[in-house]
Amino acid sequence: MGALEKQRHILDFTLSSLGRRKGKNIALIIVYTFVIFLLASVLFLTDSLKKEASQILQDTPEMTVQRLVAGRQDLIPVHYIEAIKQIKGVQSVTPRLWGYYYDARSGANYTLMVNAELNDHAGEIIIGTGVSMRNATSMPNHAVWKNDVLPFKTYDGSVVPLKVKGFLSSSSELVTSDLVLVSEADFRKIFPIAKDHATDLVLKVRNGKELATIAAKITQIHPDCRPILREDILRTYNAVFDWRGGVILMVLAGGFFAFIILAWDKATGLSAEEKREIGILKAIGWETSDILLMKFWEGAAVSLTAFFMGIFLAYLHIFLASSILFEPFLKGWSVLYPHFRLTPYVNGYQIAVLFFLTVIPYTVVTIVPSWRSATIDPDSVMRM
Amino acid sequence: MIHLQDIRKVFNAGKPNEFVAIQGVNLSIDSHGATALKGPSGSGKTTLLSLLGCMARPTSGRITLQEREITSLPERFLTAIRRETFGIIFQQFNLIKGITALENVMLPAYPTGAKHASLKKRAMALLDLMNIADKADAKVEWLSGGETQRTAIARALINNPAIIIADEPTAHLDTALSREFMEIMRQLKNEGKTIVIASHDPIAYASDVIDRVVEMRDGILVSHEDVT
Repeated sequence: MGALEKQRHILDFTLSSLGRRKGKNIALIIVYTFVIFLLASVLFLTDSLKKEASQILQDTPEMTVQRLVAGRQDLIPVHYIEAIKQIKGVQSVTPRLWGYYYDARSGANYTLMVNAELNDHAGEIIIGTGVSMRNATSMPNHAVWKNDVLPFKTYDGSVVPLKVKGFLSSSSELVTSDLVLVSEADFRKIFPIAKDHATDLVLKVRNGKELATIAAKITQIHPDCRPILREDILRTYNAVFDWRGGVILMVLAGGFFAFIILAWDKATGLSAEEKREIGILKAIGWETSDILLMKFWEGAAVSLTAFFMGIFLAYLHIFLASSILFEPFLKGWSVLYPHFRLTPYVNGYQIAVLFFLTVIPYTVVTIVPSWRSATIDPDSVMRM
Repeated sequence: MIHLQDIRKVFNAGKPNEFVAIQGVNLSIDSHGATALKGPSGSGKTTLLSLLGCMARPTSGRITLQEREITSLPERFLTAIRRETFGIIFQQFNLIKGITALENVMLPAYPTGAKHASLKKRAMALLDLMNIADKADAKVEWLSGGETQRTAIARALINNPAIIIADEPTAHLDTALSREFMEIMRQLKNEGKTIVIASHDPIAYASDVIDRVVEMRDGILVSHEDVT
């Protein structure tokens, strides 16, 4: 009970001590919070992007089969389907038609993809939100409305007008922002792809555990084919997002080191007033351990306040303000930057790592100089 | 109560700026009396006071407190003795700025782990005894010289120490406040406390509160006389 009361007394005194050096501590908390905010923002963003991508990819085919010619992806003959269908465990094989289309008017690349539901509605398209915002019927950067007509240039130079039938939901914007869904007939008008060829094939299998075996059999039957598993795509996405996060972290590293120098200077440099106070406390009966405990609480109060404020602000920044500070950086990757709102996802492990890399070192650096001062003879205060 | 035997205190030993502050001092201080250490500046009064108050260790010699040898005790034990046995009043009073008079008075008792409510009650009683209970919530930098002095005395008494040590307590006080300080010391002596005051101010060492005057010069005890 006495030990608890002692902790309470020392904590009370620490908090009033912090209040006495408002200027120094507020400046420190502001800079500290900003650093935590930036680091946590990067972590939240990359983690949520990965999570988002994996959730969206849940609905994608388990296996995609591409044909390679001279090391590059080439169109795949539709008759390949017959042999693949015969492999035990394959549920269905569907040819896909998709490609990239450069729209000179808006200066953006779209992904055009055939959607079977549109095959009975030739002349109509469904577009992603990025396309709708970027493209314009009359003026640049003007949103496209339903029933607007967008002109598409075909391979032979003629123009196919396609009417906007609808929009893709904004919840999947991360991967559908630049997507234009068209009918097979319109697709083949725009791109010169023969009727007996497709861009790739997608497979459904009965048992996910057999994917690797089926993939091996496909390469046996068609040695010019490359089966790609959903897990491979997910791994690539993760690597890309990790890499992007890493690049942002590298940019922030300079700021982080500047903070370390500032924190070191502010936290380790005890003022003459602070040294005098430590001398007084020792002289009136505080033990060295009591003073270190007080300095521990002081460091912990500053760093925990900054840590939680930084995490909270980062959460608002990434999940409510759509990563507004990182937007210019991420925008550089695509003309049609998706204005998506991420589903909040916080990785406890990474928060713990951030905690141990910031709060713990800061608390330690505040104790070290106090330890030096706290071990001096208390009679020094008699000579002040 | 306190016995000093052949005490020597050297600062910066072995260095070019080595300085002998106390040289061969033998002294006994009895309980329940008031002792004044007098002498000019640099005579070693403050050093002797800090040795008496367990705030420093002698370079050589032995100090016993209530028959217990304390010179060889580890720092933790010395701190506990300092907290429980001594109440210290500094020359500049050394209150901690930015916190209230009440908090300042309570500070020496924080490491004891006493309950906050009872501690506050005790501190308030002491401030009341010093007639400054109405200043309990005032920050110490707003207090007058006399109020600061009384707060420092209240702080020295919070752990109910047997011995009060005061280093040049009247150095920054006018005559009236200096006399008032000595009156408070008289009350404490009458309550059974042992008082040790280092001072070169006649208001302090020549006061009738003082039972014994010990004179120092150049780190040596030159005389001691009982004045009662």
